[in-house]
Amino acid sequence: MTELTLVQAVNRGLQQAMRDDGDVLVLGEDVGLNGGVFRATEGLLKEFGEERVLDTPLSETGIIGTAIGMALYGLKPVAEIQFLDFIYPAFDQIVSELAKFRYRSGGQYPCHVVIRSPYGGGIKGGLYHSQSTEAYFCHTAGLKVVIPSTPADAKGLLLTAIHDEDPVMFLEPKRIYRSVTGEVPDGDERVPFGRARLVREGTDVSVFAYGAMIPVVTEAANALAAEGISSEVIDLRTLVPLDEAAILASVEKTGRAVVVHEAARFCGFGGELAALLAEKAFFSLKAPVTRVTGYDTPFPYALENLYLPNVERVSHAVRTTARAG
Amino acid sequence: MTQDPGRAAPAAATPPGEGLSNEETLAAYRVMVLARATDERCLTLQRQGRIGFYVPASGQEAAQIGAARALHAEDWVFPAYRELGVALARGVPLEALFHQFIGNSGDVLKGRQMPNHYGYREFRFVVASSPIGTQITQAVGAALAARRRKDPVVTIAFFGDGATSSNDFHAGLNFAGVYRAPTIFFCQNNQWAISLPREKQTHSATLAEKANAYGFPGVVVDGTDLFAVHRAVSDARRRAASGQGPTLIEAQVYRFGPHSTSDDPRRYRADTEVAHWKEMDPIKRAKELLIGAGVLDEARDTALWEEARAQVSRALESAEKTSPVEPGTLFDDVFAEPTPRLVEERAEFDRLLAEGVIKP
Ligand SMILES: Cc1ncc(C[n+]2csc(CCOP(=O)(O)OP(=O)(O)O)c2C)c(N)n1
Repeated sequence: MTELTLVQAVNRGLQQAMRDDGDVLVLGEDVGLNGGVFRATEGLLKEFGEERVLDTPLSETGIIGTAIGMALYGLKPVAEIQFLDFIYPAFDQIVSELAKFRYRSGGQYPCHVVIRSPYGGGIKGGLYHSQSTEAYFCHTAGLKVVIPSTPADAKGLLLTAIHDEDPVMFLEPKRIYRSVTGEVPDGDERVPFGRARLVREGTDVSVFAYGAMIPVVTEAANALAAEGISSEVIDLRTLVPLDEAAILASVEKTGRAVVVHEAARFCGFGGELAALLAEKAFFSLKAPVTRVTGYDTPFPYALENLYLPNVERVSHAVRTTARAG
Repeated sequence: MTQDPGRAAPAAATPPGEGLSNEETLAAYRVMVLARATDERCLTLQRQGRIGFYVPASGQEAAQIGAARALHAEDWVFPAYRELGVALARGVPLEALFHQFIGNSGDVLKGRQMPNHYGYREFRFVVASSPIGTQITQAVGAALAARRRKDPVVTIAFFGDGATSSNDFHAGLNFAGVYRAPTIFFCQNNQWAISLPREKQTHSATLAEKANAYGFPGVVVDGTDLFAVHRAVSDARRRAASGQGPTLIEAQVYRFGPHSTSDDPRRYRADTEVAHWKEMDPIKRAKELLIGAGVLDEARDTALWEEARAQVSRALESAEKTSPVEPGTLFDDVFAEPTPRLVEERAEFDRLLAEGVIKP
């Protein structure tokens, strides 16, 4: 075990996978000499050389298209998109190509690329360094979507992603890259996909969240405990595949659910969770499912603290839901 | 017709013997005839409703087959949707293609794609898609992977003149130049991107000269000349394999037919232009050369066409007799292992089928 920040854990995950498997390589903008703008790839160029750590020209479609070709050939490329906000030039390659290669070839061409990208707000990044657009990718069949919220999960889920057989969108909550530290297992310790993490056990309300919302929700739950409201906090960790069993079991117990995410509300992932509960836990529900999310505006700059769900908004929603009905 | 300053004048075709033996030339010619016979039949089949859609390659056979025959078996082809001649020259059985056109249970793609969007791993012919240009960057990635593995493999991306305006054309050529990727960019400039003529696609005099900006050679070749194409691709392959990096080849050809069966080319181009290019029909040119070389005569040519048409009929018949795709395969191959959600959706689908709510 080693005490690491989340971004350090990402770095160790990459290093571990590259040491264990010569087919793993990383490519992206500024990932080599500079070690990545967030230092996630620090030291990799020195250890693995230019053939496995490629500083690419400034072209996201070039990065992902090239990674796809490498993966078709049998390598295991881990592409970095510097900010999720800049992924759109590669959207065609991701949605039309990467996600569909296995299916469109009748299984002949699996295409296993991991795309790592820092995402989310809370760093004064304005419109183009803040967005949480995970739902675009969740909506595309053929992609797995993974979001760690702890250093141990960052490394363990990344290792699972790199050794998976399918494309993985690995979204890193950059706001907590350094603010969250934790013990991380040494070696190739993988965290499986499709299993949510129980952050805090509770009996009154289930709160579902992921990424940088986990510390916010946990703080709110701790504060509410003093008021006598017992919240169960669940970190979804992988949005695709989703641990429906854990979600349903929790709501069957509490009968109340709050979903928290940074992304805008309309057509956000919270809508999917609300639908899931309506379809499969309707008769357990004692109160309306509540969403605490970003607003349906572009991501603001000066007002970002009001845009993002915070402890007060989450507490308010959980309290209301706990008392409803 | 409009005269493109970069368009190669129809010079006398390169004689056989330069790179291709008489036997190889005859073999290539057979594939050209087979491709043309397939096109002719499929256009009819589409009108009869026996296949849903079709993208003809007529006029582009010398470019496609000349290029394919300059490749090695271990090379990787990244095609667009118009590469019938390449597929056949790589050895893809005609029957496999007809299964794909119909999308039946004999189709290795499991009926997942529109006709012409096929791919066969066995023949290192990567599965095509519709979005224009996406295969260009992918070919570069595969070339870099092959080099990393120290495999003697070259990759080749096939695309049209329209694709030279795509993001991936720029990204792919730029990456290939920077990394000296063992890749060949093979552009079939068939003068039209649906209704947009070549001179409105770009103000560059040629497409080949765009390579200059990326720091590697670009060559224009008469794409109706089997030997010229074969030589250009052989040269590019040699460069790639010996570590000298990529080459862009612009093969100047003409699309004789519609863009696809959904297109009516009379809306945007004159019959006289088509007639002009048909004088340079690559099949006619190859035939004249073979007759001149004494390896073909009219009687043998007629027999060859008859055999090609019979082969098409056999492939079609076999494909039409093959059962449809199993409905349940809808849910296969999304991931290596289905997610719980897919398992559930499949169970729901099976239930609806069993209850007769939906019918296969
Ligand atoms: C990204 C994208 N935009 C538009 C289309 C629709 N479309 C299909 S083929 C085509 C023209 C392609 O022309 P070219 O690259 O010259 O190839 P050709 O069809 O002539 O072989 C267009 C616009 C598409 N398939 N993909």
